[in-house]
Amino acid sequence: MAEMDTSGGGGHKKGPGVKKSKKLSTRVDLTPMVDLGFLLITFFIFTTTMSQPTALKLMLPKDADKPEEQNKAKESGVITLLLGKDNTVFYYEGQLDNTASNFKSSNFSGIREVLLDKKSRTPEKDLVVVLKASSESTYKNVVDILDEMTINVLKRYALVDISKQEEELVRISVANNAAGN
Amino acid sequence: MGRAKLPRKSTNIDMTAMCDVAFLLLSFFILTTKFKPAEAIAVTTPNSVAAKVAPDKDIVLITIDKDGKVFLTLDNEQIKEVVANALNTTMNLGVDVKAFKKAGFYGAPFSSLASFLQIPEEKRRGDLLPGIPVKDSTDNQLNTWIRVIKDAYLGKKMNLLLKGDNASKFPAFKAVIDAFKKNDEQKFQMITNPESVPTGSELWKLTMSGEKREE
Repeated sequence: MAEMDTSGGGGHKKGPGVKKSKKLSTRVDLTPMVDLGFLLITFFIFTTTMSQPTALKLMLPKDADKPEEQNKAKESGVITLLLGKDNTVFYYEGQLDNTASNFKSSNFSGIREVLLDKKSRTPEKDLVVVLKASSESTYKNVVDILDEMTINVLKRYALVDISKQEEELVRISVANNAAGN
Repeated sequence: MGRAKLPRKSTNIDMTAMCDVAFLLLSFFILTTKFKPAEAIAVTTPNSVAAKVAPDKDIVLITIDKDGKVFLTLDNEQIKEVVANALNTTMNLGVDVKAFKKAGFYGAPFSSLASFLQIPEEKRRGDLLPGIPVKDSTDNQLNTWIRVIKDAYLGKKMNLLLKGDNASKFPAFKAVIDAFKKNDEQKFQMITNPESVPTGSELWKLTMSGEKREE
């Protein structure tokens, strides 16, 4: 196959007294080099177009001047997710009780179950997810939770401002969680 | 009569020519691969299952780095010129239009924008620059930037893109969103790395059954 012949011609005249030197064949087989060459080509062909960053669309709700607008969604279908520090997620259904008895904690792996559970219990037209992020949560948390919306096919969700009371509650709960662990 | 002796031909094919062609093709592809320009602002974007490819024309890119600093990038040269002139007339900044157009991104408060453009390009790195001030809600400069850019686009569609770092805290993100809301820009896109849909999830079931994903 592909080969280079560097034996340099074996037909030397032997001088008297010179030992007969055995000329070993120096043929180099280049087939693997050609294979590698094509592999590299294929690699470059495929990688020049493949790595484009993807975009996650987000639509913001119009700023409601009247606070009543925010509570228009039916209470039974609303679940509110609060993002706290250190990748913690808290949630409550409907309105927040005065004693915060329905305030529960979870994390990013557990929240999918919670969402699917809520989804199975609620008729689709009533289901709304309200997302509120505290000032200690990171951008990654926000994108991850938006991703969860897409993964669980939850079409109605909104990213809204967190209230002072909720922010305080999140802060206390994070501290409790950290102390309890 | 002896049997006709078929002349034995050598079955060795000389492959050096194929090797040459292979390396020529390889060189072609190496040279035409577009490498992403070295990022002046180092950002690690989060992953998401979103499948839509980020647009690359008429973009207004807002980058939030891990310390919450905000930077702005425009790709349309004409828009850059209009923006520079508008900033000079309305805010009297004395910005050099040519330097403004050449700049890869903007990351300084209005008061130091002129000096920002004087810094040589290699030295303009995200970690050394202050970024556009957004934290103070009374002086959200990004608000002004977007208003000026929107006016420059004269109603044509512009793609608002947000590229945030994983570690940036929410207040910076919120300030950017507030700037969008104040300018009536309700839709924007966030740049993420592609990630495969987790198997067994609702979305996975949707894609397996062949339904198109709603974007």
